[in-house]
Amino acid sequence: MTPKLQNAGIDAWLVRFSERIDPAVQPWINAFCQDCRAAFGKLLVDLVPSYTTVLVQYDPGQLDDTGARRMIERVIERMAPDGSMGSGRLVEIPVWYDPSVGPELERIAARNDWTPQQVADAHAACEYQVFALGFVPGFAFMGMVSPRLAMPRLATPRQKVPRGSIAIAERQTSAYPQQTPGGWNLVGRTPVVLFDAERIPMTTLEPGDRVRFTPISRDTFIKLGGDTSPVEEVPQ
Amino acid sequence: MSLAAALRVEKAGPLALLQDGGRFGVRHLGITQGGPMDWHAAGWANALLGNDPGAAVLEVAIGGLALVAEAELTLSLCGADLSASVNGQQLRPWQRFTLQAGDRLAFGMPRCGIRAYLGACGGWRGVPALGSVACVGREGFGGHKGGGRPLDDGDQLQPEARSQPLHLFSCVPPEYQPDYGQPAELGVIPGGQTAFFDGASLYEAFNAPWQVDTRADRMGIRLTGPELVCHHPGMVSEGLAAGAIQVPPDGQPICLMNDRQTIGGYPRLGTLTPLARARLAQCQTGETVRLQATATERARREYLGAQKAIGSFQGQ
Repeated sequence: MTPKLQNAGIDAWLVRFSERIDPAVQPWINAFCQDCRAAFGKLLVDLVPSYTTVLVQYDPGQLDDTGARRMIERVIERMAPDGSMGSGRLVEIPVWYDPSVGPELERIAARNDWTPQQVADAHAACEYQVFALGFVPGFAFMGMVSPRLAMPRLATPRQKVPRGSIAIAERQTSAYPQQTPGGWNLVGRTPVVLFDAERIPMTTLEPGDRVRFTPISRDTFIKLGGDTSPVEEVPQ
Repeated sequence: MSLAAALRVEKAGPLALLQDGGRFGVRHLGITQGGPMDWHAAGWANALLGNDPGAAVLEVAIGGLALVAEAELTLSLCGADLSASVNGQQLRPWQRFTLQAGDRLAFGMPRCGIRAYLGACGGWRGVPALGSVACVGREGFGGHKGGGRPLDDGDQLQPEARSQPLHLFSCVPPEYQPDYGQPAELGVIPGGQTAFFDGASLYEAFNAPWQVDTRADRMGIRLTGPELVCHHPGMVSEGLAAGAIQVPPDGQPICLMNDRQTIGGYPRLGTLTPLARARLAQCQTGETVRLQATATERARREYLGAQKAIGSFQGQ
């Protein structure tokens, strides 16, 4: 693994591990982030891991770009991918798959000549990796969904995607931590609180985690505090 | 506990937000930075009161704000000239001033620059979230009353510390006051996908005049001009530094600012220097700016130099 460093201003380097999305890169990114935190200590301002890269932001008052580059190169030389494939924790997210909260179950089903139930089963059958958090606090970009479930974003985004919505865009999947406008295809809803600033840790998911979606019934969803209000319809 | 004297919001105006140095160490969770768009002016507003450069200031964008002092208050004003006045008397920026109980501080039309910074002794009191009071409405964090809420009519702003006699200087020395009336030359450190832009586009990027678009806010400021063409085979979203210049398929650059999304998937031309970010934050819609390629070490030296000037003044 020989990542490339790219300039990202007076106080940041972008470390590129691969040109394409590749789940095999994830353990290296996890290891790099951990080692970087240890190596930089207080000089580290922020670390932003994404699918194939990590943005390393440091204190420019204490380090110049050459010094920071040398520290990053030293971390890279010594790092080893952390543990077995997939690395991180396995997190289970209970999901109520139903057309009332996941209207695009039908859209995806129609394309495959499937029933909505088959779409739900296929989505719950795989283990996913959290590649990055972004968009809104706690929104986890996960992949890769089966090519048969892959679906382009909606032509007209919804003004309000309800909190907890489970969604698909191309070969990515996610769960909306809060109500927000959004254009992903909705297939279900989770009662899990994905972000809470008062909680430690604040996010249910973190980059490097593995995720499995577990189908639950409407009753269980309600019992776990889920909100059954319907989804805004959008013309497509 | 007795509270320091307050400033009452008579008229909230379109956009006045409490901002401290920003929210850090949380970008990997998808949480944005926040903080003053023009860190330079905000730093001076704090220095005039002996505050830390990252103490909470009120960022007043465009004007339309009116405040009334409920007791004697020492404040500072730096950054844009938004036709500020005290009881109708003109108040120039880049100075410290004292309000008496009942005095009315009002902001009008922008004359030069668009963002003014109002400092208070010890900084303005806010409700911290994740270690910062920086107000980010989209995320619901920070602000003077928490939850990322902006100012409302009738709200109170409270300084963290009581006013006390301050050092010799009550004005920012003229050599440190930027002239926002001068054409903006914005330093850019090339990087990211620079190599994937075609030659003509790179020439245009650093030689053509650019106009500041109406689509400009605390997330990003769009520039319009010649269409920049980037031949990148397929970008994957990656972390965005403050000042990153993204070029979407329409070829018109977007300079990412304090409230930017944490990751993004458009090719990047480079990164604005910190001083360029501060300068761009003061540009009005339609204003012409130019991009100038610069070296990292030079940009860092200029940034540390500007910070040192603010810091040494603060220490007097």
